[in-house]
Amino acid sequence: MSAAGEVLEFGAGVPLSEQGPAPTRVVAGFGFWLFLLSDIILFSALFAAYAVLSGASADGPTAAELFDKKHVFLETLCLLASSVTCGFGALAVVRSDSRALYLWMIATLLLGAAFLRLEASEFARMVAAGAGPSHSAFLSAFFALVGTHGLHVTLGLAWLVIMLLQVATLGFQPMVARRFFCFALFWHALDIVWIGVFTIVYLGAH
Amino acid sequence: MHPQSVPQGRAPGVDSHEAHPGRSYLIGLAWALLLTLASFWAASTHSVYAPAVPVLLAVLAIAQMGVHLAFFLHISSAPDQANNFLALLFGLFISGLVVFGSLVIMTNLNHMMMPMDQLMQMQR
Amino acid sequence: MLGRLSLAAIPFDQPIVMVTCGTVGAVLVTVMALVTFKGWWPYLWREWITSVDHKRIGVMYMILALVMLVRGFSDAIMMRSQQALAAGHAAGYLPPEHFDQIFSAHGTIMIFFVAMPFVIGLMNFALPLQLGVRDVAFPVLNSVSFWLTAAGVLLVNLSLFVGEFARTGWLAYPPLSELAYSPGVGVDYYLWSLQISGLGTLLSGINLTTTILKLRAPGMGYMRMPVFCWTALASNLLIVAAFPVLTATFGMLLLDRYCGFHFFTNDLGGNPMMYINLIWIWGHPEVYILILPCFGVFSEVVATFSGKPLFGYRSMVLATMAICVLSFMVWLHHFFTMGASAAVNGFFGIMSMVIAVPTGVKVFNWLFTLYGGRVRFTVPIYWTLGFIVTFVIGGMTGVLQAIPPADFVLHNSLFLIAHFHNVIIGGVVFGVMAGYNYWFPKAFGFKLNEPLGKAVFWCWFVGFYLAFMPLYALGLMGATRRMQHYPNVHWQPLMVVAFCGAVVIFCGIALTVVQLAVSIRRRDRHRDLTGDPWDGRTLEWSAPSPPPAWNFTHLPRVEQPDAFWAAKQAAKSSQVAERPGYSGPIHMPRNTPTGIFIAFFAFILGFALIWRIDWLAAIGLVGALAVALRQFWQTGREVEIPAEEVAAFERPTMREAA
Repeated sequence: MSAAGEVLEFGAGVPLSEQGPAPTRVVAGFGFWLFLLSDIILFSALFAAYAVLSGASADGPTAAELFDKKHVFLETLCLLASSVTCGFGALAVVRSDSRALYLWMIATLLLGAAFLRLEASEFARMVAAGAGPSHSAFLSAFFALVGTHGLHVTLGLAWLVIMLLQVATLGFQPMVARRFFCFALFWHALDIVWIGVFTIVYLGAH
Repeated sequence: MHPQSVPQGRAPGVDSHEAHPGRSYLIGLAWALLLTLASFWAASTHSVYAPAVPVLLAVLAIAQMGVHLAFFLHISSAPDQANNFLALLFGLFISGLVVFGSLVIMTNLNHMMMPMDQLMQMQR
Repeated sequence: MLGRLSLAAIPFDQPIVMVTCGTVGAVLVTVMALVTFKGWWPYLWREWITSVDHKRIGVMYMILALVMLVRGFSDAIMMRSQQALAAGHAAGYLPPEHFDQIFSAHGTIMIFFVAMPFVIGLMNFALPLQLGVRDVAFPVLNSVSFWLTAAGVLLVNLSLFVGEFARTGWLAYPPLSELAYSPGVGVDYYLWSLQISGLGTLLSGINLTTTILKLRAPGMGYMRMPVFCWTALASNLLIVAAFPVLTATFGMLLLDRYCGFHFFTNDLGGNPMMYINLIWIWGHPEVYILILPCFGVFSEVVATFSGKPLFGYRSMVLATMAICVLSFMVWLHHFFTMGASAAVNGFFGIMSMVIAVPTGVKVFNWLFTLYGGRVRFTVPIYWTLGFIVTFVIGGMTGVLQAIPPADFVLHNSLFLIAHFHNVIIGGVVFGVMAGYNYWFPKAFGFKLNEPLGKAVFWCWFVGFYLAFMPLYALGLMGATRRMQHYPNVHWQPLMVVAFCGAVVIFCGIALTVVQLAVSIRRRDRHRDLTGDPWDGRTLEWSAPSPPPAWNFTHLPRVEQPDAFWAAKQAAKSSQVAERPGYSGPIHMPRNTPTGIFIAFFAFILGFALIWRIDWLAAIGLVGALAVALRQFWQTGREVEIPAEEVAAFERPTMREAA
């Protein structure tokens, strides 16, 4: 069924681009993909600011002095694992399997929350040590970039909770399933951004 | 209508027609773990020529992003993924321009700027 | 309790502002009273305010833009009159603090709240009709986008009466825009109103890109789309790519101002040039976002009124996508003079010249389309011919400034001001006016008055040259931009001529309003009964005027470009293909107040953040989230239009067009 409500028949060999309006699932997924790409470009502006300002520590603490690689490794594992559990959760949505869905998505929630806790503790440690964002341009750029990523993770977890409530109240309607697939896209994209963050910010610090 | 044919191509993400749907996530996890360990090793090792380490890190990061895109997001250059793939390329192009363009320009501006002590002398 | 807000925020000591406040207030009260007495609120709420129909939303964007044009133009005429007076020792009538706010507001309003809504409004209205589908990809999001833009408009206009506006120009460069040098609320008004409307624009870009790529009539492959759809695609791709950079950059400036960060400050390692670099990464694509849809309008108009297919469809498409990509590779030409080396300046100078090439290809294609055609000199063609002449001149002065050594003389002079007004007025304004006259009959079922339309054109055309050619000369003589007064009395005659030009343009704007009023009064004389008043070529002309909410009873089957023209030719030769009919009910998205409610809370949030009223900001945030959540749980989101109602609208369409 097309978005127009008509059932369209095509012979073999008709290119995809000539097959009329796409189904709602495709429209929603692609639109969300575009939103994610715009979000990646937003992060690239923050990355650019970080790259330019990373040396501007204004005689204050520098990257090499502040970052703890073990801590970051742990954060990375949490987020990576949560990406995989999220993927299995999305497959549960395809099967309309609510028990598996709750299992995998609560795992995702816990792993995501662990990531946030680790990150919050790192921020708190830095602020307590006099390395808060208002102390230099480098620190401003760090807190803005990593903090924006953390904010996205927080909003993602809130969205996940809302989605689980939607399944609980509305069941596996197409509308709910579509949104879960969009959430999965979002969650994987956040892990992709994190690869950039841990490589450039943490591992790149010397 | 061909069962695999979706007008205007597929959405990115979960593919409901895969034979062993969970497998791609496990393969992706394995590769990602390997690449992550490699990155952390590369950052602290002394066995790699030091100036090459940033390049190595960049390559590993790009590889891992590719793993995520291929195994978790199922983006490929298949004809029914064309829109998703082209959009991704455009997004990456712009991101690259923003980051590298800014770096080149700002480094250039920095380089061209009068040394601070000479500037301060002009203030008097 | 009220943060930084107090009665002192209202500028009781500025007579011009207070008179304006009084007038605007009186007009608003009169309009509200009229609507209430006539009992129009239920109709307006049901049919317009809560509408998710792309046609209605498109019209609302146009109305918003037209109203803001009056505001932006008042700023312009104040600047022109000030500069006509303040030569030598004369001080004019606008104190510097006031003048600075006026030029900042003028630029901000004209770009963000006139040009963008005009262009987005045209695209909203025409795209689904040209693509042969029922609506855009995300109708509710479309409504949200419009109302967020309106919230931005409200904030910007509120700054006139409560507080002040930014004095930093339309791009608010730091360090002047940092807290240390702009401690007032002006820059905050600027930043929050643009963040809110910027979100609306980004969502609109996503919406329309998805529509063009995923929602087209059966048979309409990419190379069968009208050229307007291609230019709209390029423009919306640029919106999706560029606006995040604007959001991030403004976000960083906001962090500096609100949380003491040091991105762009003078101290602790901040780098103001980084702001300029980032803001122009957005700023250059922005002007292409504005001009590309206008190029599309001209393509449609030229083909229709020449009675010929557009010359060089493929090269038009290639040129459009080339401009889309190249527009991201020229941004440094906005700051040639700010310290980059010759090599870097040279690269961007060459790229800026390269980007003129695909534009030239387009101009030649338009000319070759006109050549050999039976050109009908309607109002849209007037605007097109005016555009071709004017835009080419403006483009040439642009390429001139693309040469870094030349730009070292001309940067930030009145020559620059003349150049960008040349291309924006000659390109965007003329294009919007052409599109407005062209698609008006489709939207409302009757044509606009032709003689008045031509008068509007002549006023804009003559007025533009009178107003801006002197500025080219003044720029070459050394006059800088944004001057509240100037020492050289020899410049004054040219400033006076420029002011006269502004007056002529004002007549054009006034006549636009008159044209609309007269056309409405005499609408029965200019009725469009066939849906095809111009003997058009593209699918929108196959729908009735105005189209029903669902646009097309049957989605048209497309086999070649200029699909409607092809169908008309086929009908003439009695070769009518059998088309599958759809005789059932049609499902359309239901109207919803989500858009206006979210925008209302966004406005509250913005206002509260500007004045540092924490509890009010919390209300705004929570309110917006609550509305969004309510929409999230909506299940009955479609309304069914019964088959009888659809059948009653059955009109001669592609099948029977003759």
